[in-house]
Amino acid sequence: MAVITREDIIKPENLVYKRTSLLVDCALSYCPGCGHGTAHRMLMEVIEEMGIQSKTIGVAPVGCSVLAYEFLDIDVQQAAHGRAPALATAIKRLMPEKYVFTYQGDGDLAAIGTCETIHACNRGENFVIIFINNGIYGMTGGQMAPTTLPGMKASTCPYGRDTEIMGNPLKITELVATLPGTCYVTRQSVHTPGNVRKTKRALRKAFEYSYAKKGLSFVEIVSNCNSGWKMTPVQSNKWMEENMFPFFPLGDIKVPAAE
Amino acid sequence: MAKVKGAIVINIERCKGCEVCVDVCPESVIAMNKNVNTKGYHYAMVTNEDCTGCTNCAVVCPDGVITVYRVKVPTEVV
Amino acid sequence: MKELRLMKGNEALAEAAIRAGADGYFGYPITPQSEILEYLMAEKPYETTGMVVLQAESEVAAINMVYGGASCGKKCWTSSSSPGISLKQEGISYMAGSELPGIIVNVVRGGPGLGTIQPSQADYFQATKGGGHGDYRLLVLAPASVQEMADFIPLGFDLAFKYRNPVMILTDGVIGQMMEKVELPEFTPRWTEEEIIKMSGDWATTGKTPDRERNIISSLILDSAKQEKHVKKLGLKYTAMEADEVRYEKFQCDDAEYLFVAFGSTARICQKSVDIARARGIKVGLLRPITLYPFPTIPIHELSNQVKGMLVVEMNLGQMVEDVRLAVNGKVQVEHFGRCGGMIPNPDEIVKNLVSKIIGG
Repeated sequence: MAVITREDIIKPENLVYKRTSLLVDCALSYCPGCGHGTAHRMLMEVIEEMGIQSKTIGVAPVGCSVLAYEFLDIDVQQAAHGRAPALATAIKRLMPEKYVFTYQGDGDLAAIGTCETIHACNRGENFVIIFINNGIYGMTGGQMAPTTLPGMKASTCPYGRDTEIMGNPLKITELVATLPGTCYVTRQSVHTPGNVRKTKRALRKAFEYSYAKKGLSFVEIVSNCNSGWKMTPVQSNKWMEENMFPFFPLGDIKVPAAE
Repeated sequence: MAKVKGAIVINIERCKGCEVCVDVCPESVIAMNKNVNTKGYHYAMVTNEDCTGCTNCAVVCPDGVITVYRVKVPTEVV
Repeated sequence: MKELRLMKGNEALAEAAIRAGADGYFGYPITPQSEILEYLMAEKPYETTGMVVLQAESEVAAINMVYGGASCGKKCWTSSSSPGISLKQEGISYMAGSELPGIIVNVVRGGPGLGTIQPSQADYFQATKGGGHGDYRLLVLAPASVQEMADFIPLGFDLAFKYRNPVMILTDGVIGQMMEKVELPEFTPRWTEEEIIKMSGDWATTGKTPDRERNIISSLILDSAKQEKHVKKLGLKYTAMEADEVRYEKFQCDDAEYLFVAFGSTARICQKSVDIARARGIKVGLLRPITLYPFPTIPIHELSNQVKGMLVVEMNLGQMVEDVRLAVNGKVQVEHFGRCGGMIPNPDEIVKNLVSKIIGG
């Protein structure tokens, strides 16, 4: 029996996984180990599998993913800080046959853009919000975010978040789940293969539900910020499991009534 | 009875050396090279032939630098 | 035949937008312009022309909805009054930076701060000198009648798309609230998706098809050399506007020895002042800038060779007067007469100020 060599395996007919061509062929601007890259890839895999590249309009935020449009091979608008849901509202209402999503971080979505987030959710706009929650302002250098955990250190709470002084972290995902306009609200992560696959399924459902006019789909992805948290990527993923998940538990919070 | 055999190809110039792939490989195939790429990152490398093509490494890779191939082979292949 | 109606200025704006084939209006209530949103909601254009009308959660959201719609190549507009326009400035700056067309209507009220709901022209600086951050200009139209409120909507969209730049209609509560006869424009159908792709497909986010690269709407250019190039490109648009888009109206200027310069509602009052002054033997004319940016610098400069002095009449502490002085460049005396806080100048006091400040005695 013949020996199967590496060269025998590496052939086009044996390909089982490659980076989707809907991610632009360039280096991502994110730090090593950052979950943004994985979230981008799952998003574009869903768009590829649904065959909706020409029917999708994305909205990029201000924050680490401000340059998302450099990496996503679809038409994208870059929004002012926090205003992505306002842009998406207009896009979807003016072009109801399109798939529309926003991609926002915790500062963008849950601090400066809270008003736009809540009202778009409450109106039941038929687009998808992808919310990357890493509990910190990554791009500006690790300041406290609306989702920074109690006791968690950041450059503007160097001794840890003291809730007496700095207030409490905001569970905005649970909050928007209470609004009648949201149809699907879920919290996922992209730090293990299993979680990545679940996130992808969640994103696909989100696109399908909102396109079917069920309302706004809200997919939170709890992610790491190893630079901001000052850990290695592997350490940060472990820290996230031990500290973030108890406060931001993973799983579906709201699913459409028919399910 | 067939078992699967896999192989991965790593785009070493795009690898940022985060090591997330090392941790999720069930067969301990991946390690970090002591050399660095042109960006200065230690990059992931294949250390043995135990890969099953499970895709775990490629799925979690934040930079999408890993391509996975897999074949079904009869048992008792070297 | 064109349709004649008796309408409020604010209503004429709204009706004109429906007829101009606007795709989306996004607004937020504030006095003295709430009739615009009220009129549109009562007319329900979403059931006739398909125009989207939405009461947003804030002025900030409304201007960003205009940004989102404009980025798709759609004709979108918003309206507000002074405090709300301040809130929109970030979005307006982003629109200018991203080269997006659209109309922003400011029915100005007295300020600063919450001020008063009475009319004012105190937002001249904000409209013509920036308002938001960065190096940009708005094309600013100043209607002086209900008719112009209606006419400047289709004109505004034409200019906004010609230059891919936001256009502001700067008016006030006098024009917004008063009723006049207005000849409404004919209905123009909304652009189809095919027309939008043909016209704006090289930049608008209409969905990336295999025949083109992706379209990105962004004002972020981190490379300084590229950012400078971008700003200079914007600068060329403003230069082109200054060359081609100056609009103004002259009233009894042929034999004028003195000149009023006034815009919007104040210019209408000054017409009466011209009549009063001429009845007293004072040969005064009026120049009414219709575009506040680009400013009619050349016609005002030319008149400085003819008249002995100019009185700039505004409902503010003196804003446009600076542009008039720049145009005149010291050649003749230029003085300002202004009322503010919601007070409206009357024709007699304008003549009195012409006499005391310019003519003497």
